[in-house]
Amino acid sequence: MSTVEDVSATPRQTTARSGKPALSEGKRAERRLGWLLCAPAAIVMVAVTAYPIVYSVWLSLQRYDLRFPQDTAFVGLANYAAVLSDSYWWTAFATTMVITVISVAVELVLGMLLALIMHRTLVGRGLVRTVSLIPYGIVTVVAAFSWYYAWTPDTGYLANTLAGNSAPLTQYIPSLAIIILAEVWKTTPFMALLLMAGLALVPDDLLKAAAMDGANAWQRFIKVMVPVMKPAILVALLFRTLDAFRIFDNIYVLTSGQNNTSSVSMQTYNNLIKGLNLGIGSTMSVLIFITVAIIAFIFIKLFGTAAPGSDQGGKR
Amino acid sequence: MGNGTGRGRPPGRMAAVVGAGMLTAGLVTACGSDQGITLNLYYAPEDTFQKVVDNCNAQAAGRYKIVYNKLQRGADDQRLQMARRLAAGDKGLDILGLDVTWVPEFAEAGWAEEWTGANKAQAEAGVLPGPLATATWNDKLYAATKNTNVQLLWYDDRITPQPPATWDQMIGEAEQLKAAGKPHNILFTGAQYEGLVVIYNTLVASAGGHILSADGKSVVMDQGAVQALEILKRVTSSGITDPSLTNQKEDDVRQAFQRGNGAFELNWPFVYASYADEQPKDLAHFKWSTYPSVQPGVPAKTTIGGYDLAVSTTSQHKPEAFEAALCLRNRDNQKFSAVKDGVPPSLESLYTDNTPLDPAKPVDADNNPSMATAYPMRDTILAALKDSAVRPLTPAYQSLSTVISKVLSPPSKIDPQKTADELRSKLTDALNSKGVIP
Repeated sequence: MSTVEDVSATPRQTTARSGKPALSEGKRAERRLGWLLCAPAAIVMVAVTAYPIVYSVWLSLQRYDLRFPQDTAFVGLANYAAVLSDSYWWTAFATTMVITVISVAVELVLGMLLALIMHRTLVGRGLVRTVSLIPYGIVTVVAAFSWYYAWTPDTGYLANTLAGNSAPLTQYIPSLAIIILAEVWKTTPFMALLLMAGLALVPDDLLKAAAMDGANAWQRFIKVMVPVMKPAILVALLFRTLDAFRIFDNIYVLTSGQNNTSSVSMQTYNNLIKGLNLGIGSTMSVLIFITVAIIAFIFIKLFGTAAPGSDQGGKR
Repeated sequence: MGNGTGRGRPPGRMAAVVGAGMLTAGLVTACGSDQGITLNLYYAPEDTFQKVVDNCNAQAAGRYKIVYNKLQRGADDQRLQMARRLAAGDKGLDILGLDVTWVPEFAEAGWAEEWTGANKAQAEAGVLPGPLATATWNDKLYAATKNTNVQLLWYDDRITPQPPATWDQMIGEAEQLKAAGKPHNILFTGAQYEGLVVIYNTLVASAGGHILSADGKSVVMDQGAVQALEILKRVTSSGITDPSLTNQKEDDVRQAFQRGNGAFELNWPFVYASYADEQPKDLAHFKWSTYPSVQPGVPAKTTIGGYDLAVSTTSQHKPEAFEAALCLRNRDNQKFSAVKDGVPPSLESLYTDNTPLDPAKPVDADNNPSMATAYPMRDTILAALKDSAVRPLTPAYQSLSTVISKVLSPPSKIDPQKTADELRSKLTDALNSKGVIP
């Protein structure tokens, strides 16, 4: 009985629920074709992205250590309990957060300055832009090595002139500062590039009008430019925050995680790749994945960051 | 749209060219492997090892050909490279160069083939007991020792005419030298890595203690292990170590000593050849001794290093691989590697061998070296090897080592009893693949 009712109700309900008029035959065919056309891409995405994610969630629920293949067993959430109750994990988490927040904040300020300079330069604009982008073009590991040597006593010009007789990379605060410095030096140009795109959105007329009304340079910047640039700033912040949270190479080269400077990615690498402990390592990567998702959620839902390419002006 | 297709063409052509190239490359390799057996050796970079490989290829007379695939320089990277391939079932690995701490791990994971029968007898004949223990797991032999290594105490006889006999003496002398304004540092590998574990293991063994039980299944951390922590703490908190201590690895230690930054250097014998190369004028004053002891009157037990050769379980040519591995580490080849590459042999008889590389010609340190010319310290090395300490044998050694170096770093912050308790709980977790390694 109920089946008959359901069947008859289905078309009307669908229309009512979606609140859109029913599709014509041609439209529907077009939509089917659309699905068919994007199917290969979707399948590839599932194969290369979704499958590994699901597989690592599955691994995180097991005791799975390549060195003890006989002892593999399903352990439920025990790995999560082990990781989340471990002081090493939380130390690394806190370190990662500190690096992320400080480096992104510094980069935002410096990046904005750089963007304004690049935007306003009249002479040699191409040259200025190229020069300021050089750090971003250098491979991180290579840059990290040059920082490493620069801060090592005897071989390093920075250590010898600034650090006296001490070895800054062997102490907690100095090494953290050096990691942040290396990170800022490397990625400020990227920040500047994104912000410069935002600056291009600010109409000159608006600035001229504000100037006519008596706004000084600082007021024009805060009251006119920043609000117009907001979507670009938020996108830049989102990208850099996610990037900074996954920091690995600078730390790997500069301190290899000594003196509590290990990041969550470093630690995951140590457990998963070096330790061959697939269970614990996968648990950590799932936790990183969740954290990254939360950061993205906060930016998009709370701050209203627009996904790149969407035309809703930052509102969703 | 039209524009798009126009632009799309060159990449398509490119892909076709690349594809064809790969296909041809595949065919060529296939042809190559048809003639005789190719044995892939994965081993650390060693300057003259290709010569050893060539010797064995000549000896095989075409039955097989060993190809020397050089692994990365860093030990961690070497282990990872092989572990990744083996975990994926790569059939292209035949002979594996394993650091002495990896044998239990590779055996337990099912990556290394057991040695039995005549092969086993040959691999064990004449080998010093310490190195042999590193190739054994669960009373079975999983590798043949290729070379061994042991740290010595190096000093400058212009600063300290006599080497200290105990750690107490060494610390005392360093403090006196410091007070006198002379080079005084005790230099050793204090960075947070395997090097720190080596020093700690030596101290534990010398104090008569244990980190793990003999079967490698449980954590012991007895009084000796605590005493070792006390010494490490004392040495590093009295101002008699290099300011860069917690960043120093083997080569940093060597350089620091050569710069005149220390009175004592605890390091592997490679430092002698470097010193001879770089400071030949001072070489006569560069002296060595076995490690100072922890308990007066009881000789120190020094941690051994080195490499073992294993046959991969994925190998398609196991009988040949065993034969080739035996050849690569036979007496002649161990001697050649010892005098040419500075890696101490694991065969005891070579330490008393006096014939040069070419027995027909007279001994000449540069052109025709013998064990005596290449190893003026060979008696000391042998003495240290006979009283040696093996690092804890367990498949989880890598995790253990990471945890130990983390907990001990920086050594000046050690609180002996508390640190020992922390090590006990963290190491227990690591043995059960439960804990997080830092």
